[in-house]
Amino acid sequence: MRYIEPHAHMVSRTTDDYQAMAMAGCQAVCEPAFWAGFDRSSAKGFYDYFSQLTQHEPRRASMFGMPHYTWLCINPKESEDLALADEVLAIIPEFMDSPNVLGIGEIGLNKNSRNEMAVLEKHVDLAARREQLILVHTPHLEDKRKGTRLILDVLKGDSRIRPERCIIDHVEEHTVKMVLDDGFWAGMTLYPETKCTANRAIDILEVYGNERIWMNSACDWGISVPLAVPRAAQEMKHRGNDHRFVDKVVYQNPIEFMSQSPRFILPEGH
Amino acid sequence: MANRKNILDLYFLDARARLIDIAAFMDRVDRADGETDFRHDAFREALKALDSGMANRAEKVLLSFSDPTDEPIPAATTKAACGAWPGADNA
Repeated sequence: MRYIEPHAHMVSRTTDDYQAMAMAGCQAVCEPAFWAGFDRSSAKGFYDYFSQLTQHEPRRASMFGMPHYTWLCINPKESEDLALADEVLAIIPEFMDSPNVLGIGEIGLNKNSRNEMAVLEKHVDLAARREQLILVHTPHLEDKRKGTRLILDVLKGDSRIRPERCIIDHVEEHTVKMVLDDGFWAGMTLYPETKCTANRAIDILEVYGNERIWMNSACDWGISVPLAVPRAAQEMKHRGNDHRFVDKVVYQNPIEFMSQSPRFILPEGH
Repeated sequence: MANRKNILDLYFLDARARLIDIAAFMDRVDRADGETDFRHDAFREALKALDSGMANRAEKVLLSFSDPTDEPIPAATTKAACGAWPGADNA
C-alpha cells in the first residue's frame, strides 16, 4: 500500500514512528505548525519551532526516505494574545522560502473568539499576498460547527482566496457538507475519541464521495495513532472498497491538492 | 451499495459492545452521588437521535452537542472543549 500522511506533528513523535510509517508505505509526510501543549513565552520560541520544521525535521524524515513538508502559522490556541500573534506573523515570511514550506497552516479557530478571528484574518491576508495554499484547523467538539461556519465565511469573504487552494481539516458528519458545497477541500482526522473513527470516515466517503477529501492521523503529543491512515485504508478494503477508490483517498488526493504548490515534488515512481 | 447483511456481519458485534458500554456508562452515572451537569443532559438528548429512524443520526448527535450560536465570543477563557455546549450563560 502507498499513502501520504497529509497532517502529522512529527516533532512530537519518536523516530520509531517514522520507521513504522515508512514501512507501512508512507510516501511523504506533511506537518502543519501546531500548539506545543503549552503557550510559548515569546516569538523566539516560534522562531526555533519554525527552524525545527524547516531544517531539522526534514533531515529526520529523510533518514527513512520520506520527503517532509510543512505549513507555518501561529496556532489559534495561541491567538488570544494579539501582540504575540503580530510578532509571530512578522517572522513567518523569513521561513516561507524554505524548500519544504507548502503554505500557511494550520490556521483557524479554537474557541471562536474575536481575537482568534482577527488573527485568522491576518493569516488569510498573508497567504493571499504570498499566493500560498491554506490548511485550516477547525475547532474541537462542541465548537466545531460554529467555528467551521465562521472560518468559511472569512475565506469566502476574501475575493483573493480560491476555495480549491484551501483544505478545511477535521471535518465530521455535521461540517463536511458545508465545506464541500463551498468548493473547499475537506480533511478527516482519524482520532480514537475526539474526531472521526476510521469507520465514520469511510461512511462519510460513501455518502459524499471521494473528490476533494483526504484522511490524516494528525498524530501529535496527545492520544493519536501515527498509522491511522493505513489502518483506515485497510478497513476500506475490508468493507469492500476497491483499490482505486482507496488509493485516490490516501494517495492521489493529497498529491492533487499539494501539487498546487510548486514546492511539492511527486513521489518517486508516481 | 453495500448489502445490509454484510454490514451486520462486519460491524454488529462492535456496535453491540459500544451500545453496552453506553448503557454501563449511564448506570455508572446513576450509581454515583451528587449532581450531574449540562453534559449529562446533552448526552440524554443525543440518545434520542439514535432511535429516530433518520438517515443522518451521526450528524444529529453531533449537532445536539454543538454550540448553536453564530457570533464569535468576546474572548477565549480556556483552550479546551468539553464535548457539549454548556449554554449561553455558561459558555
